Amino acid sequence: LDSRLPLVIFLHALTPAAARDEFQEELVIRPLHSGDIYASFQFRTLWDTDFLQEGQKVSHYRLFPKSLGQVLSKFSVRELHISFSQGFWRTMQWGQPFIPSPPGAELWVWFHDTVSDVDGNWKELTNVLSGIFCASLNFIDLTNTVQPSASFKPLGLGNATDHRFLRYATLPREIVCTENLTPWKKLLPCGSKAGLAVLMKSEKLFHSSFHSQAVHIRPICQDEQCSSKAWELRQTLNVVFDLHTSGQGKKEWSLFKMFSRTLTEACPLASSSKVYVDITDNPELFELSPATPLLGQAVVLGDRRTYSVYDLSRAETFGQLRSFNLLLRDMLRPLLHAERYVAGFGLQTGEIHTVIYNNHPYRAFPVLLMDSVPWYLQLYIHTLTVTSKSRDNKPSYIHYQPAKDRHRPHLLEMLIQLPPHSMTEVTVQFERALLKWTEYTPDPNHGFYVGSSVVSALVPSMVAMRTNFTQDQPLFSSFVPVKEESSYFVRVYTEPLLVNLPTPDFSMPYNVICLTCTVVAVGYGSFYNLLTRTFQVDEPSPPLSKRLANLIRRIRGVPLLT
Amino acid sequence: MAAPLTLLLIVAVTIRAVLFRSSWAELISERVEVVSPLNAWKRVVEGLALLDLGVSPYSGDVFHETPFMIYLFHFVVDYAEIVFMVTDGITAVALYLSIQTYNKNVFRKQKYALESDRYPADCLELLRSPKEMFYIPLKVAMFYLLNPFTILSCVAKSTCGLNNAIIALFILCTLKGSALLSGILLALATYQSIYPLTLFAPALLFFLQRLYIPVNLRRSSFWFFTLQYAFIYVGSLVVITGLSFFLLGSWDFIPSVYGFIFSVPDLTPNIGLFWYFFAEMFEHFRLFFICVFQINVFFYTIPLSIKLKEHPVFLIFMQIAIISIFKSYPTVGDVALYMAFLPAWSHLYRFLRNIFLVSCVLLACSALFPVLWHLWIYAGSANSNFYYAITLLFNFGQVKSLNLISHFT
Repeated sequence: LDSRLPLVIFLHALTPAAARDEFQEELVIRPLHSGDIYASFQFRTLWDTDFLQEGQKVSHYRLFPKSLGQVLSKFSVRELHISFSQGFWRTMQWGQPFIPSPPGAELWVWFHDTVSDVDGNWKELTNVLSGIFCASLNFIDLTNTVQPSASFKPLGLGNATDHRFLRYATLPREIVCTENLTPWKKLLPCGSKAGLAVLMKSEKLFHSSFHSQAVHIRPICQDEQCSSKAWELRQTLNVVFDLHTSGQGKKEWSLFKMFSRTLTEACPLASSSKVYVDITDNPELFELSPATPLLGQAVVLGDRRTYSVYDLSRAETFGQLRSFNLLLRDMLRPLLHAERYVAGFGLQTGEIHTVIYNNHPYRAFPVLLMDSVPWYLQLYIHTLTVTSKSRDNKPSYIHYQPAKDRHRPHLLEMLIQLPPHSMTEVTVQFERALLKWTEYTPDPNHGFYVGSSVVSALVPSMVAMRTNFTQDQPLFSSFVPVKEESSYFVRVYTEPLLVNLPTPDFSMPYNVICLTCTVVAVGYGSFYNLLTRTFQVDEPSPPLSKRLANLIRRIRGVPLLT
Repeated sequence: MAAPLTLLLIVAVTIRAVLFRSSWAELISERVEVVSPLNAWKRVVEGLALLDLGVSPYSGDVFHETPFMIYLFHFVVDYAEIVFMVTDGITAVALYLSIQTYNKNVFRKQKYALESDRYPADCLELLRSPKEMFYIPLKVAMFYLLNPFTILSCVAKSTCGLNNAIIALFILCTLKGSALLSGILLALATYQSIYPLTLFAPALLFFLQRLYIPVNLRRSSFWFFTLQYAFIYVGSLVVITGLSFFLLGSWDFIPSVYGFIFSVPDLTPNIGLFWYFFAEMFEHFRLFFICVFQINVFFYTIPLSIKLKEHPVFLIFMQIAIISIFKSYPTVGDVALYMAFLPAWSHLYRFLRNIFLVSCVLLACSALFPVLWHLWIYAGSANSNFYYAITLLFNFGQVKSLNLISHFT
């Protein structure tokens, strides 16, 4: 090692001073009051260099994208802000966004005060940006550019406030699509291959209420005293996912549901990679999984908000499956809940599935399930299966009264023990009967209704109840008599079912009677023929000429021909 | 002849075993052409499950088998496949032996008639030689065992196979001349499904012919034997029914089994004529037409017995065919039983005029049944009329083939 030390120092001295740049990525998820969910990505690259220093041509780009660096140096741009948005940010429903943007494309640029022909630079800049972002920014020209005198002051360093060096333009008609997202993603150091950018898949991002992607470049101070300056490039992507198009209308979100991807690793080039979830509003109303002990607070838009923080640079965030899927689940969970549906295809057979959920975290309790199925769906009780947590769960009491055609329906009652925090599925097969044509309802292809199943149970109560009767109780709490202190009576009704039965052709009664009787008559006729036919030897009758000849002979009195 | 028969049995058992183990077995046991509400295996299992639950299988409308079936399958439900294969084997062997006996009788009569010069000259070509008659029993057994209808019926584990076995054993006992066994087996067959009642007349005629008792209503010997046979038959029927009562302790099985067969409440489609007819029936006429259709099965017995009193075995065949076509819940297993008898009269095939047309109709219908069922029930692009049409055509074909074969007389 001692002999190689001079060599190492020598090699270190030979390498040019590396551009010191730093990359951070973060994602903020905020459930909005309307039930939609707001996700905001920010990717920040800090570069400790000065483009505009005379004589120093920057040629070594590492994390900072080369295309933007060349744009900055060629057009002497001090600040560049460009955004592409699809949809309108609804402030009344969603609050304030972290990074605001108008619909369509917006571009505002502060040029350096050394620029002589600002308009010329502006024109060329819009064309170059149009090429970089595959957008039609070339439609920006003098007819839609303004120079605001007070509104768009520089957001970064710089004391020049001559608004002649500011240009602002919007293209409200610009549509954002995958062709704009792809070059935007290419500007990131890790591309869309690692880190938070893997979540950006266009089929989900553009299927949202609001989508905005932006690039903000400005010079900033590196520290408090502003001893050294750096260029900051921020790429932001804001998206609001609609509650209702995500299906089911339930306020349950996960990274997979939003982006159809999960996170597998942080970007290796990032110095920090974090996910923040805003839990300030009603922390009891939803639960996060996986849970995290890290909490952060920040003052944002004049409000102190609390965040759960997930650090993606730590391997334990990804867990054993090496995949991080954040789940926000609605905490409203009734302890007992049941669903029912019909499975199978065709009009011959089917299966009734009843699913009962026990959402109590640690208590198991028995439930009584009652099913009344009409007689025209013939249940086969030997196909009855009850499974909980994919294991067989035999009911302790079964009362079954089979149906009698056109007399009474099936009755099935079972006492099932539900294990805690589980789903129990009861399945039974049935066959569909063909009814007489007068027994069908006026619209037979609508189907036949099967009444709800009834699940009755004594559910363990969180609160002790009084069993003695008092006059002061309000009406809504005194409907069901309370017999026990520690559990209350609950009856849950499932959905009714709509089942199709095979139908005969209703226009055919007369035709059917005629045709069937025809076939029976053919049978009868052939048997009658068989039974009553006798065979006789038949003398062949003489031909007409011979008969005439015999007639004449008879008249003449002459012997007849044979 | 034991060796070819054994070979045939082995081949048949192999085919059935292969089908049992394949995925076709479940598909076949759901087919409405092969199983009916009376003899589906699913319902037998359901009945046994109900019994385990402590509910009488006859309290619902799912199980329509006799208590004898409950008793039998209570013990052998785990070996059901073997039971049905053995049953088919028994049927085939019974048919083989009975046709062999029948052929011996026919040959003997032919020899006597030939010796006493009773045949006119132009009939000599119809005489059968021992050589042709040698292979007929094997052909009959083959027609039964290798018939696709029988194979389907066995793979579906339809209890029709058991009913066929009882009828085949009854035919064997009748032809062998044992009146007691014949009466008992006929009672068992009637107990299983009522229609074999009509086989009483041909069996009686056979015995009378065998014992050289002339069929004359004024002769006391006729009445003596008839009463004996009837007594055996009715007595065994009463005993079997009584034993069934003691199995479950109630008479519930009578409306559930026999009431079901007669009143046809279940309109599940099958290959017969009843289902669609009664699905589209005006309520006012329902009882009338039920009576008409049921009488239709029974009332050919007396006229046919009068006409065919010299050919009782042919009469048995005709009766079985009539039952298979006109019963309330026919399946292909019933059709297979009477089709097995066809080789017995193979010397008369030249007189069948439209045999090609009729057999084409039957083949085409058998192929179209599953297609039109699928189109109606699963694809939804056809409706019940399509399946009904094929049912009509199939039954028409059967009636026509019966008509052709009746020309043998």
